[in-house]
Amino acid sequence: MFKLLQKITPLALLGALVAGPANAAVEGETAFVFNTLLFLVMGFLVMWMAAGFAMLESGMVRSKNVATICVKNVAIYAIAGIMFYVVGYQLMYGIDEGGYIGSFSIWAPDNAAFLSETPDFGEGDTYAPSSDWFFQMVFVATAASIVSGTLAERIKLWPFLIFVIVLTGFIYPIQGGWQWGGGWLSEAGFSDFAGSTLVHSVGGWAALTGALILGARKGRFTSSGSTPMPGSSMPLATLGTFILWLGWFGFNGGSQLALGSAANAISVAQIFINTNMAAAGGVVAALIFTQLVFGKVDLTIVLNGAIGGLVSITAEPLAPTGLQAILIGGVGGILIPLAVIALDKLKIDDVVGAIPAHLVCGIWGTLAVPLTNSEVTFSSQILGVAAIGAFVIVTSTIAWFILKAITGIRVSEEDEIAGLDKSELGMEAYPEFTNA
Amino acid sequence: MKMIVAIIKPFKLDPVREALTSVGVEGLTVSEVKGYGRQKGQTEIYRGAEYAVNFLPKVRLELVVSDDKVDAVHDAIVTAAKTDKIGDGKIFVLPVEAATRIRTAETGDAAL
Repeated sequence: MFKLLQKITPLALLGALVAGPANAAVEGETAFVFNTLLFLVMGFLVMWMAAGFAMLESGMVRSKNVATICVKNVAIYAIAGIMFYVVGYQLMYGIDEGGYIGSFSIWAPDNAAFLSETPDFGEGDTYAPSSDWFFQMVFVATAASIVSGTLAERIKLWPFLIFVIVLTGFIYPIQGGWQWGGGWLSEAGFSDFAGSTLVHSVGGWAALTGALILGARKGRFTSSGSTPMPGSSMPLATLGTFILWLGWFGFNGGSQLALGSAANAISVAQIFINTNMAAAGGVVAALIFTQLVFGKVDLTIVLNGAIGGLVSITAEPLAPTGLQAILIGGVGGILIPLAVIALDKLKIDDVVGAIPAHLVCGIWGTLAVPLTNSEVTFSSQILGVAAIGAFVIVTSTIAWFILKAITGIRVSEEDEIAGLDKSELGMEAYPEFTNA
Repeated sequence: MKMIVAIIKPFKLDPVREALTSVGVEGLTVSEVKGYGRQKGQTEIYRGAEYAVNFLPKVRLELVVSDDKVDAVHDAIVTAAKTDKIGDGKIFVLPVEAATRIRTAETGDAAL
């Protein structure tokens, strides 16, 4: 709600000054319907990103771990929704202005004001409460999906799912409330339009701490350097990337949070263009970089480049021009291979490249906001990146260590070699290849 | 009777099969195999890191022919599979003690 007011007020004021009565031509209930429609349609686009992550990760793991990564992805989406319903939403949005944590209670829609005999639809800034819940819920699932890709092929299923409960029920909503719930970070002037930091870096930090505590896959790093473990299906990884690209129009476009006026419609359209241009910039930059540096185009890094471009523009997809969006995404596309090389040197095993794409580009995108939005300062952006980074590092490290102590988080070496599909699920993703 | 085992480059399978048909070979068995010879594999690149692929994909042909056809079959395979580059493969000729066509119980050259 706070996020909505923050964005609508300047636009509404502008409309009142420039267009006068024309802005009032849309009735409150009409705006209510359009705002709700935006949330619902953009929301199911973001829901589909779960499919994108599932396909990207399926393609990037070896075939002996594909069924397990599919289980994780469908479980993540389900758990995220349940946790956000039971505790997350109120923890995030039931927060006092300038506060640090929301309330512990189950969410329920408050529709009374809109269904009464004299309904109050406000100034075009209202929407069905359930549509807002739905739109916010699908974001939680995105943050959790980021973690599964990094830790694939060696983490135990159930401890991972317990971590997802902690992440989606508590870690994500608490820090989300600081900004989107109207908490202390938003008072401090931080700006993160659709979640370069709040969603993507959060997933990235949780993935990084997990990767450090879990360790690399057996044989990934040896005394002679790093040994690549090529993924099982490049077409699936490419399909997953395209699905994420599609979903991102909902992710960023829906974050305008309103479609009840021409000004908002123009903004949503501009966001679509910038989102697309940033991804395009990321792809082309990664394409050229890998050709020049590695001597050959590297498909999976180019796919990461698309995601990196998208993450980079997510903190501010409205203010840039199309050309600026290409450049912001392009920088993301260069940061990806640099981060991949750095992680290899540091012996941090990130199976799908989620840390470069979501964490590194998330930080870049957040710090780049003041370049195109003069109302935002670098210091407030650094504060937001550092505060949320510190919070997620500390909380997820604690969660990982508790899980490690109680249940263990890593499968046995024997199980890892056999593949998680056999050891964790007792099945194979492609049984006919071997048993026909 | 002799068994001829040939390891060839996969893309040479069709030319070799045509050459064998033209010298009167009526049947053969093919499998996809991996291996290396003196070329010792090759390197590939994934996410910026080079790695050695020790085993290269090859096609393995097996066929049994009567003694009088061995030379013609051997020459047909060499001619069709040759690219003059490393990795063209090998041909092995082995003696065969007996052969039986299961359907008719014919034996010897008649079974081929």
